[in-house]
Amino acid sequence: MSRYRVLRVLTAATLALTLAACGGTTKDDTSGEQGGGQATGVADPDAELKEGVTMAYLPKQLNNPYSDIEVSGGEEALGELKGEYKLVGPNDASASSQVSYINTLIQQQHDVIGIAANDPNAVCPSLNQARDSGIKVVAFDSDAAKECRDVFINQASTQGIGEKLVEMTSKLAGGSGEIAILSATPNATNQNAWIEVMKTELAKPENKGLKLVKIAYGNDEDQKSFQEAQGLLQSYPNLKVIVSPTTVGIAAAARYVSSSNYKGQVAITGLGTPNQMREYIKNGTVTEFALWNPADIGYLAAYAGVALVSGQITGKEGETFTAGKLGDYEIGADGEIVLGPPTVFDSGNIDDFDF
Amino acid sequence: MSDNPVARRLSRVAGWDAAIIVVAILALVVAGGAVENFATTRNVGFLVLDLLPIALLALPMTLVIITGEIDLSVASTLGLTSAVLGSLWNSGMAIETIIPLCVLLGAVLGAVNGVFVTVFRLPSLAVTIGTMALFRGLAFVVLGDSAVADFPAAFTGWATGTIGDGPVPNVLVPLLVLAAVFVVVLHATPVGRAVFAAGASEQTARFSGVRVDRLKFWLFVASGAVAGLAGVLWTLRYSSARADNGFGLELAVVAAVLLGGVSIFGGKGAMPGVLAGVLLLATVQNALRLEDVSNEALNIVTGALLIVSVLLPNIGRSVRAATHRRRLRQSPTDPIS
Repeated sequence: MSRYRVLRVLTAATLALTLAACGGTTKDDTSGEQGGGQATGVADPDAELKEGVTMAYLPKQLNNPYSDIEVSGGEEALGELKGEYKLVGPNDASASSQVSYINTLIQQQHDVIGIAANDPNAVCPSLNQARDSGIKVVAFDSDAAKECRDVFINQASTQGIGEKLVEMTSKLAGGSGEIAILSATPNATNQNAWIEVMKTELAKPENKGLKLVKIAYGNDEDQKSFQEAQGLLQSYPNLKVIVSPTTVGIAAAARYVSSSNYKGQVAITGLGTPNQMREYIKNGTVTEFALWNPADIGYLAAYAGVALVSGQITGKEGETFTAGKLGDYEIGADGEIVLGPPTVFDSGNIDDFDF
Repeated sequence: MSDNPVARRLSRVAGWDAAIIVVAILALVVAGGAVENFATTRNVGFLVLDLLPIALLALPMTLVIITGEIDLSVASTLGLTSAVLGSLWNSGMAIETIIPLCVLLGAVLGAVNGVFVTVFRLPSLAVTIGTMALFRGLAFVVLGDSAVADFPAAFTGWATGTIGDGPVPNVLVPLLVLAAVFVVVLHATPVGRAVFAAGASEQTARFSGVRVDRLKFWLFVASGAVAGLAGVLWTLRYSSARADNGFGLELAVVAAVLLGGVSIFGGKGAMPGVLAGVLLLATVQNALRLEDVSNEALNIVTGALLIVSVLLPNIGRSVRAATHRRRLRQSPTDPIS
């Protein structure tokens, strides 16, 4: 029937439309095509910090308690710098939802965009458009591809976190004894990177008394982590420390221990948030744990942004700037600025933090 | 009422369709005048890029909804083609081969919907809710949580670039070509008349010789193929093949189609209205965002627009019906009016 030919033609047209000229561009042709052409211009370390810099924060998503604290640090810093603070963002943390917001910010001609990228590459073309029109881009928390931002504020280096975890563990174990790790999922990238550093640290002579007996996985689920903590203590009665580099794991382990007869015999430490862990610090189950201070990330991002706008830094390795109360920073390889060693929380300082 | 077919056609067009076109133009004018930075060539480029996937998917969706069916799997088809695109690219295949394959994959996925609806006689709402979950699930099987990003710059640059570095985005070309094709098919061919007939009354259409099942099957295929193309363009625009690409987009598409005056019960609608609906939604969102309106408020405005678009024609209809009844009552005493 002829009328259906139209539909077929339509489908065929759709197909034909996408048939580009023959040529054949494959993955191999493009390798090496990308690569960081960034940091142009010359930094003037003595340049004065400009006032009235407008900086817009674009976190992964709005109304997320963790991002709220991050950007609150930015608001504080921009207040100190007499700049203008703005917060925009999507309600969902999907890959592409940030792009429209970047486009809007380009139109509004802000001086700096601070972004925690949901997808390092999806935001890239827009961020580069922003940079082409003179906007400085500071990635924080979650990096954008390095060729499309000026600097990245890294909350803590993998090395720094791994070392801190072993340092706390060793202190709590009194230098020797059995220890176990309670991680998230077996293939969690950052968890595994930290665990690798911990293993290297544990292999050093000064830690030879510590014996890692097991790495358990609680999948970042409260109940599973709780059961895994329980299992660890049953299988290894001489366990001295459980170290959990995940906020879910450490809270679940602390909850189990505080309600069992192991309380006082086994120490819990790792990465946790003060609000989750306050109860266990107060009741003595947990002596100390660590985490970066999210507010400092936003704070440092603001100082880096204003330093970029003022020409103090351009994003090249080795450039330095001062970030208010946090002190001096040096830009590392690939434009990374590491916030510093994680903050250790104990009964002495935990009430100073609310996140 | 005149029996002149031209007048009848005019009065049909002059309904909700015309209203939504006027409102869309009005929104553009108001935004251009009142919103700073709206009427710049760059922002118009952003606007087109933002509305592109919704506009593309709305084209076949309009035909599907007019026949009284629905295709809720379009966004998942987009996601699955995006994932497959990324996976094939990783395997070393040439992008020029992958792109048509992805459109073909979309057509095949559409055919799956078509078979369930026309052969197994299942309601398209249920079928495409099922395939919506199924295709999205498969997308995650193909690519997992990872993303593929290293597509050739010539292609990703084209998807975000403009014609000759002027103000017109490249992607507007395929959109306009497809829009023209769909406008012609729906409003000037026997297929278009069959679409309206099948939506108005499937049985009548069958008795008049319309092969309704074949029609619907091919509409689902077209819907899938366009979703496949949208998946390719989405991936290139964001330089990121991901399984979650376009998540939730199907609702925006259905919203735009309904806002454009297409009846969800089938049988009524026109392509210009739908395109105006897409443009109106995108303009409002873009302008409000430039005015720093929060995302929550944005959702409220979009939702309200949609409710109004469904409500107003209904109110219009009841008012007309009431007037008609009054006229009927009055007519014996006042035949002149």
